[in-house]
Order: sequence, then structure tokens, then C-alpha cells
Amino acid sequence: MADVVSEPIAARQADITHKQRLRNWFQFAGMLPVLILLCIGFGIENARFFSLTNASIVLQQAAINTVLAAGMTFVILTAGIDLSVGSILAASAMGALLVSLIPHLGMLGIVAGLGVGLVFGCINGFLISVVRLPPFIVTLGSLTAVRGIARLMGNDTTIFNPSLPFAFIGNATLFGVSWLVIIALIVVLVSWFILRRTVLGTRIYAVGGNPDAARLTGIKVGGILMFVYATSGFLAGLGGVMSAARLYAANGLQLGQSYELDAIAAVILGGTSFTGGIGSIWGTLIGALIIAILTNGLVLSGVSDIWQFIVKGLVIIGAVALDRYRLDHNGRT
Amino acid sequence: MTSNETFVPEPSGVATDAGVPAKSVALEMRGISKTFGPVKALTNVSLTAYPGEIHALMGENGAGKSTLMKILSGAYHADPGGEIRIDGKPLEIGSPQAGRRSGIAVIYQELALAPNLTVAENMFLGEEKRKNGMIDRAAMNAAAQPYLDRLAAPFSPAAKVVSLSIAERQLVEIARALAGHPHILVMDEPTTCLSAREAEKLFTIIRTLKAEGIAIIYISHRMGEVYELSDRVSVLRDGSMVGTLMRSELSAQTLVRMMVGRDQSSFYTKAHRAPETDRKIALEVRNIDDGRRVHDCSFSVAEGEVLGIAGLVGSGRTELARLIYGADPKKHGQVFVNGTERSITNPRQAIDAGIVYLTEDRKILGLFLDMSISGNVNINVLDEDARAGGILNLAAAKRRAAAAIKKLGVRAPNAEINVGSLSGGNQQKVLLSRLLESNPRVLILDEPTRGVDVGAKSEIYRIIDELARTGAAIVVISSELPEVIGVSDRVVVMRDGRLVGEVTSHADAPITQEAIMELATDVSAAKAA
Repeated sequence: MADVVSEPIAARQADITHKQRLRNWFQFAGMLPVLILLCIGFGIENARFFSLTNASIVLQQAAINTVLAAGMTFVILTAGIDLSVGSILAASAMGALLVSLIPHLGMLGIVAGLGVGLVFGCINGFLISVVRLPPFIVTLGSLTAVRGIARLMGNDTTIFNPSLPFAFIGNATLFGVSWLVIIALIVVLVSWFILRRTVLGTRIYAVGGNPDAARLTGIKVGGILMFVYATSGFLAGLGGVMSAARLYAANGLQLGQSYELDAIAAVILGGTSFTGGIGSIWGTLIGALIIAILTNGLVLSGVSDIWQFIVKGLVIIGAVALDRYRLDHNGRT
Repeated sequence: MTSNETFVPEPSGVATDAGVPAKSVALEMRGISKTFGPVKALTNVSLTAYPGEIHALMGENGAGKSTLMKILSGAYHADPGGEIRIDGKPLEIGSPQAGRRSGIAVIYQELALAPNLTVAENMFLGEEKRKNGMIDRAAMNAAAQPYLDRLAAPFSPAAKVVSLSIAERQLVEIARALAGHPHILVMDEPTTCLSAREAEKLFTIIRTLKAEGIAIIYISHRMGEVYELSDRVSVLRDGSMVGTLMRSELSAQTLVRMMVGRDQSSFYTKAHRAPETDRKIALEVRNIDDGRRVHDCSFSVAEGEVLGIAGLVGSGRTELARLIYGADPKKHGQVFVNGTERSITNPRQAIDAGIVYLTEDRKILGLFLDMSISGNVNINVLDEDARAGGILNLAAAKRRAAAAIKKLGVRAPNAEINVGSLSGGNQQKVLLSRLLESNPRVLILDEPTRGVDVGAKSEIYRIIDELARTGAAIVVISSELPEVIGVSDRVVVMRDGRLVGEVTSHADAPITQEAIMELATDVSAAKAA
């Protein structure tokens, strides 16, 4: 073992360190410059954009998607996908509202909403980790089936509860900050803690980065997959409770339509790789904010919703192109 | 590293045309060299084949047989300066299509058929018969039938390949080759996946093709087959042609000597030897079997002992290791660690029993390339170190990573560097440190120095020696004979999924490469033939 590091090796190591820093920064900051540029752009274009009211609207709009995208981050880190979150959100909101109508036990609506989400998430997880079906197929199936169940739960009608006991979640504030935003922030912080500070989180990255190696190091890959899909379902349930609280109502047909696409878009914009093993929850938060600001700014600028779809779609494709570019230039083969 | 020039094969090094029908030469390769970056895979190799000749090509793993055949088929381009002539006409640097047009057909070890297409569709893949712009299945089936008849194939050209056995698929490959009217047919270890009876049938077919005047180049490790079939045998070693023997000159001992003939003294030799008495058995494997690639293997390793497992590629060494480690399901067999039977059905149980396995493919099966050195080193012991509730102990992880980097001499500025950016040798050391973190009693190291530079190699040998000295039982699987001899106290040899023999070293009589190679290639079969 040479204790003296020779000159070229030292230079090479310095180079590696430099590349590593650049890469870490790119991974962390990734889309932050895009977010800032978008804010500046919309700010110049429209004076109303930089107002406290608008900021609060943007954050509230981002909140539910952030919660769904946090769950999606767990799933995509294992190189999987969960297409069913929008439908699970609808079913959970239906469940939460139905239970909230029971006299004196209305607060149990929250538990019902979370429970419905968790159960569907576990079913997805079971089919993927035990029956070993591909995540895309399983969650495409539950996207459709759970949507049907959501409609069935309310006999295909809209359920109202004007005196919803947990309506404060969707409408009240704490120290001037909406509960929706606080919940989303807590979800992000807890997700960060699990991913970066627990054994489980490390194993999620390991399974996504190299499932074969993970198996050979004794990791129970099936258990990890079960956890991520259950988490995604649970957070979709939380999203359902948040939606219900905000609207005092839920409709099995319309609620949460294509929310999964916004959640996936936020995760991918946030730099989490579709191939698994790379990504962070902070990136997802930035991604969710970009989507909310894009929508908000385009609305303020009076762009028709037809063009909003087109612009959002192009941004997602651009982000995936960036993802590919990033992988190619990091020598990951 | 080698001493090619000093070896002259016994009776005569270069065959003359005597004994071979005085016909025109079907294939003449002269002065073929091939370099891949800094590695010289072939050096000035020449090979001739005559019509109606079965010419066997032998050599150790990595001797250059496949490279030479890939150059012939056009898959690789040789370095400038060499010459290939087919029936006297020079073969231009070409593509596989050009090779096929000039009458060369190669059947690779891994069959390359589209399983969901029919036999005829596979035979005419890329050259489909058309009628009015549409595929003409009837015409293709009709065109395929004569070739299948010639091989006495028991299936129809309209059969789907997926429904055929391995032996039948091989017939499809041969039929496809024949459809190109080849003058030269190369077969790369065609009997690897065949039963003895299927192999016998294949030999009959090969003899028929020979009688039809096709020159056949037959790559094989199996001494028995080479004896049975070949008119001449050429041996490659370390990218050079060692010599060609006529059938009359064949001797198994000579062939083995030609294949290995390296000077062992220039290689690493272990400093420390396990005591030969008073050993405590650390790992014992009894009758382990997966019903497919590993058959009824039993062996044991003592504390402080290094056991080498030698054998040719495909002999089942990696499969055996994975069975012991619980990575693949076993059909039957028992594993004892320190005298107690352990039920091992998954890697976690193996690690808990004190067995760790270093995979032969560190990038695909070993490392998490996107994770840091620290992450890779600690992945097996996260639970052990964790605080209550499964919260990571970052301080412990940092300590372990720093200690591992220092102990194994990993060249990296810090433990947070991604493993993907390290060199092969340093990656291997990171993987080794991961194994060591769980304090294993038994280490199974599969090709521990593959893709590692010379400096790192000797460091890994030193680490193996050090581990044995501290009482670990170590199993080293290696395709490099000098390596396996250098690091081991004892070597068992695997062939066709079975442990076929054992070679033990003593202070006065070290293990020889010849002794291992004779077991690995089944010299006794050749003697019987």
C-alpha cells in the first residue's frame, strides 16, 4: 500500500471530487434554476404574480400534488411506477366523506380516507412483490378498477357534507399558513428522514440502483417493494382526505383525474431517475412547485387551458430528455 | 508473463500436409493479430483447414479461440498485416454478411435463434422469400425441408423454435448454416448443453458434413470429443498458436502441456500455508445439487485454509457458489458451518451463518454504482449498527468506511465518492470490504481479480493470505490457473457440474497446471477413446 499518493493519482482524485461535487449539485439543485427563472418570467409579465395571496394560492395548489409525488418518489426510486394514485385519491375522498356523515364519529373520516389508500396501496404492493407482476401493468389495472370502486362507493353521485368535521384541513390556517401546505411540508420532511436517515431508506435506494446486488446482500427486495407501494397508496389516501376537506365533497368520477401524471411529472422534473436508485425528495418538491407555478402563471397570463396542456407536456418531455442527458454524462452504464 | 517461444510440442510442432488429402486449402489464415486497447488478444496466429477436414481448436479460457473465430466470421476486424484466404481467394475485411457470402458459417455456443418464429423463418432470417412483397411461408418451408432431411431432423420446418429441445435447436442452427452453402463451418463447443446420446448424434452429422467436403473447425475443451472427431488439433495459448498436431501424433498429455505450458514461478505464490494437522472444518458442503448445472458436489474447507475451485468456464463453479450462498434454489444437499447444519435458502441466512460471497460480476451483481463507497461498504451491516427504530448510525458508517479504505488500501479521496467513478481494482476492494464488515467465517470469492490491474491483483492476493492467516476459511474460484494455484492450499476441479478431482500442494510438491488441466478436460476419456 503506497502511503504517498503520486502526483497524477492526486490530480485524478481531485478531478473525481470535482465531478462528484458538480454531480451532487446538479442532482440537488437540478431544476431549482428553472423554478427561479419561471418565477422571474411570470413576475415580469404579470404584477399580480408576486403577491402574498398568489403565493398562498400556488402553495395550496402544489400541496396535494406534493403529497402524491412524495409517494411516487419512493416508488420511482425502486424503478417502479404507480399509475393508480389519482383513482386511489378519489376512492379515499369518497371513503372519508361517507364516514364523516356518521353522526358523532365524523372525525373518523380521516382514518377511513387514509385506510382506504393504505389498503389499495398494499394490494398493489402484493401483486408486484409477491405475485411478481410488472408495476406498470398492476397499477394501470388499479387505475381503472379503483376508479370504478370510487364511483360505486357513492352510487356514481357526488357526496356532500356541508358540516365536514375536518374541513379545517382544507380551509383553515395555522399562523397564517394553510394546513394543506403544512401537511405537505411534514410529508416531505418525513420522507426525507426515511430516505436519508433510516436503514429502510438506504435499502430503497439499493433496490432501485441494483436489484440483483440488493438480493445478494441479503435485502428482502419484496418487502421493500411492498413498503413503497403501500406508502404511495397511503399518501394518495392522505391526498384524498385533503381534497375532501377542501371541497366538502367528493365525486368518484371526476376527482383526481390524471393526478398521477402530475405526480410523475413532479418526480421526474425533480431529477429522480426512471431507472431507479437516483433522486431526492427535495427535487420532487421543486418539481411539484414548478408544475404549480407553471399552471398558475399561465392562468394569470390568460393562456387558454388548451395551451396549458401543451406547455406542461413539453416541459415533462424536456425534463426526461435532461434526465437521459444527465445519465449519459455521468458515465453510468 | 509467458514463455511461448520456449515450448516445442513433442513429436512435431507444425503439421505438414501429409495424411491430409492433397486438395486445395479451404481456409488459410496467416499472421492474424488483434489488439483491444492495450491488450493483445492474438499475436501472429496462422491456421489452415482443408476441405473435408475436422480441425479441432483447443486452448484455455481466454486463449483467443473465440476472438480468432470472430475475426474469421467478420464480427471483429483483425489488425492490419494479416491475411485470410478462402479457397485461395483473399477475404476482404468484411462483415458477418460478407463472411457468410464467401462461405463461412459460425455456430456460436449461445444459440442465436428467435424462439417465437418457425424453423424455416429462422433459417432464412434476413433473406426471407417473398411473393408480391409478402413473406412466402410455403416457399420457405419447401426450401428448408431438404436441409432438415440432410440432418435427419425429426421436426417440420413450420415448427416453432420455442417448442424444440436444445439439441433440436442446434440442428436448426446447422440447417441455417447449410442453407448458406458453407465451405467452412465453425462450431464453438457444440456439445456443452447436450446429453451423451445427443452428442453422439451430432458427431454422426458432423462426419456426414465432413464427407460432403466441408472444412469443419471444432472448438472444444473436451479431450474425448477431440480424440473421437478430429483430423488435426491446433492449440492456442495466450493469443499465440502453440502448434498443430496430426491425428497420429495426438496425446492427451502433450495437448495439456501445450495448453498450459506457462512458467508458474513468475506468478504469485502464497507466503503462508495452512497447517496440515489439527484442522477445524469451517465449511462442509454435502451432496449439493440444483438438478441443472450442479450435480452432487461435496467438499470441505478448514479454518485458515484456502481452497481453490478450478474448472473451465461453464463447468458450474459459479452456480455451485450461488447454491451454497442461497442465491439460487437447491434441489438437495446440506451446508455445515463449524460443524452445525445451517438451513440456507436466501443470502441473508448465509450471511447470518457467516458465509459471504464475492460475485464474479461486480458491476452487475455486486456494487451499487450510484451509491458512495460508504454506502456500499455498510450495506450488509446497517441493521447491526442502527439505532432504535432502524435509524441509521451515520457515525458508525463513517467509521467503518474510513477503516475499510485504510485497511484494504482503496485509492479514493474520501468515502462519499460514488463507487461508479473508481477503477476496477478499487471497486473490487470496496466489494471485499463489504464482505469483511459482517465478520464472515467463510468467504467464497468468485474470480476475485477479474478486470483488475496487476498492482491491485497482488494486493488482493495479499488480502486473501492475510484473511486465511486470521483463521477464515476461503474458497477461491478462478479461471486463471496460475492464480488458483498461487493462492490455494488445495484445489478441487469441476467439470460438467461435478467435482471430479482434487490436487493438494505440499511444500516439496506444488500443484501443477497440468494436473488441474488434465482433470478439467477429462484426459481419462481421451485415454479410453
